[in-house]
Amino acid sequence: MSVTAFLTDSTLCIGCKACEVACKEWNGIEGDGLDWSGFSYDNTGAVGASTWRHVKFVERAPVPGLGGNAGEQASWTFSSDVCKHCEQAGCLEACPTGSIVRTEFGGVFIQPDVCNGCGYCVTACPFGVVARNEQDGRAFKCTFCYDRQKVGLRPACAKACPTESIQFGEIDELREKARLRLEELHRRGMDDAAFYDPTHTSVRGTHAMFIIRGDPRTYNLPPSPQVPTIYLKKGWRSSALAAGLLLGGTLLALLTDGRSGR
Amino acid sequence: MSDPVPLGDLVPGLERERRLAEIRREAERRGKLDVVGGRPPGAPFPQATPETGYYKIPLLKEPPWKWEIPLYFFVGGAAGAAAVVGAIADYTGVDRKLVKHARWIAAAGSVISPVLLVADLGRPARFLAMLRVFKPQSPMSMGVWTLVGFSSGAAAAAFAGFLSDRYGPSLPLRWLENAGQAASLAFGLPFSNYTGVLIGATAIPVWNRNVGDLPLHFAASGLAAAVGMLELMGHGKNRALQALGLGAGIFESWEGLRIEGRSDPHLDPLKHGASGWTTRTGGVLSGPVPTILRLLSALGGKRRSASLRRWAAWSAIAGSLITRFAWIRAGHASARDWKLPLEIRSE
Repeated sequence: MSVTAFLTDSTLCIGCKACEVACKEWNGIEGDGLDWSGFSYDNTGAVGASTWRHVKFVERAPVPGLGGNAGEQASWTFSSDVCKHCEQAGCLEACPTGSIVRTEFGGVFIQPDVCNGCGYCVTACPFGVVARNEQDGRAFKCTFCYDRQKVGLRPACAKACPTESIQFGEIDELREKARLRLEELHRRGMDDAAFYDPTHTSVRGTHAMFIIRGDPRTYNLPPSPQVPTIYLKKGWRSSALAAGLLLGGTLLALLTDGRSGR
Repeated sequence: MSDPVPLGDLVPGLERERRLAEIRREAERRGKLDVVGGRPPGAPFPQATPETGYYKIPLLKEPPWKWEIPLYFFVGGAAGAAAVVGAIADYTGVDRKLVKHARWIAAAGSVISPVLLVADLGRPARFLAMLRVFKPQSPMSMGVWTLVGFSSGAAAAAFAGFLSDRYGPSLPLRWLENAGQAASLAFGLPFSNYTGVLIGATAIPVWNRNVGDLPLHFAASGLAAAVGMLELMGHGKNRALQALGLGAGIFESWEGLRIEGRSDPHLDPLKHGASGWTTRTGGVLSGPVPTILRLLSALGGKRRSASLRRWAAWSAIAGSLITRFAWIRAGHASARDWKLPLEIRSE
């Protein structure tokens, strides 16, 4: 089977949240309630243990003229967020049980029967995706619909998306599609349209790529995300130094003065 | 009726409109909203911008650990360092009581540590899930194997020591005691500091900024606690322990100065707010207080000297415990930061 990916095109998203609902229905996730977060029509604010797809409602300063916007109206874009399924995934590297694995489709999958709820993946995700379910303690996130992909189906969110804002397919094809789409958007005058796929960072690219407008930080996407394994070398070097100092110091203290006292 | 009335006020039972109504009221009353991003003129709603991120909603999730994990950091650090002190006292020396007491601290830690981890995980079987893989790139996997090695060694050494005290020495017991002690020394060295790597190699800014300091800091903290416990168990006159306590105290003072001295916004959770004051309290109790008390005890008369060292021991133990909680709290504050995690770069 080929390596697959999501391409989420925020210029096509209409904010209907069909992806959130389809995800919940297929995966049997509990509801998040219908409370408004107070930020536009956003309910939960971010992806979480029970929110594997999350539609962001991005309200910005007016961009006069663009898309027929009147000058005084805020520009409004939507973007369906999801686990990025990093090429070098912090959660996968950190998991001490081997519960988190890379599937044959390239996605990052938490095996719920192996997860022990240590929560280390939560601190290791540079995108803040993985979250612990407070009721049973285990970590949950988007499965990339591993079960559906296994039998040749598209992930539920991509299937349900009415505007094909969420596209699913072979990763290289999607990258090419994104390139063509960006060219078209730029030709139409949407100069700030941009492609988000951090291949230049230690995350080395994602299996959930985005077409967004302007600065990725507006969408809570770090421009240069880093996988925490980059800190390991420095950490273990310091650990070895600490062990050496503890051993040497204790030896020195007890050899010179072990007999005194008592 | 000129003023628009929020829907939530018109329909009393409509709970889901409540937050929206609150925001509209606040925007109306003050003409601006401080809690959220900038506001375009005329619009009551906050904005998403590159400067404010997505409405200042934090990117990262907070660490899901509660009191069990920082307490485990404290217990593990002290137990690991105690095992090192005990084993080296045995190899170098004379003071059998010191060896025995250090072993008891290590053995107690070897039992309490897994219990705390199981309490955090919820069920004992979940602990075993970590023993199905050996994963060098995961500090938690390395840590759990270190814990297993340490606990087996420390428990075996203490148990064999107890049996030979009670029923007289024998060859198998001596063998078990020596092997256990060697294992508790070998594993105790990394066990006393690996938790620094554990939290250092994460996406939490205040932790990963300090990944080079944390293992040294935690090792010194663990040693100070172990020394303090031994002093309180009746080794208050041991000069080697005094030297070790002094070394750890001086290092902790330096670490505190290092934290305070750097004007890096990533370190703000260690300096401001509740986590900042917890860090400072832990730092003062681990660093300057025991250091000064120990130096004074070297000057004073016998009785006063003993009492000063007792106070130094208590201060170091409390400081070590508070320091671990402070780092976890700082991690929470750092994860709630909506800006710095977005701005992350490679070093």
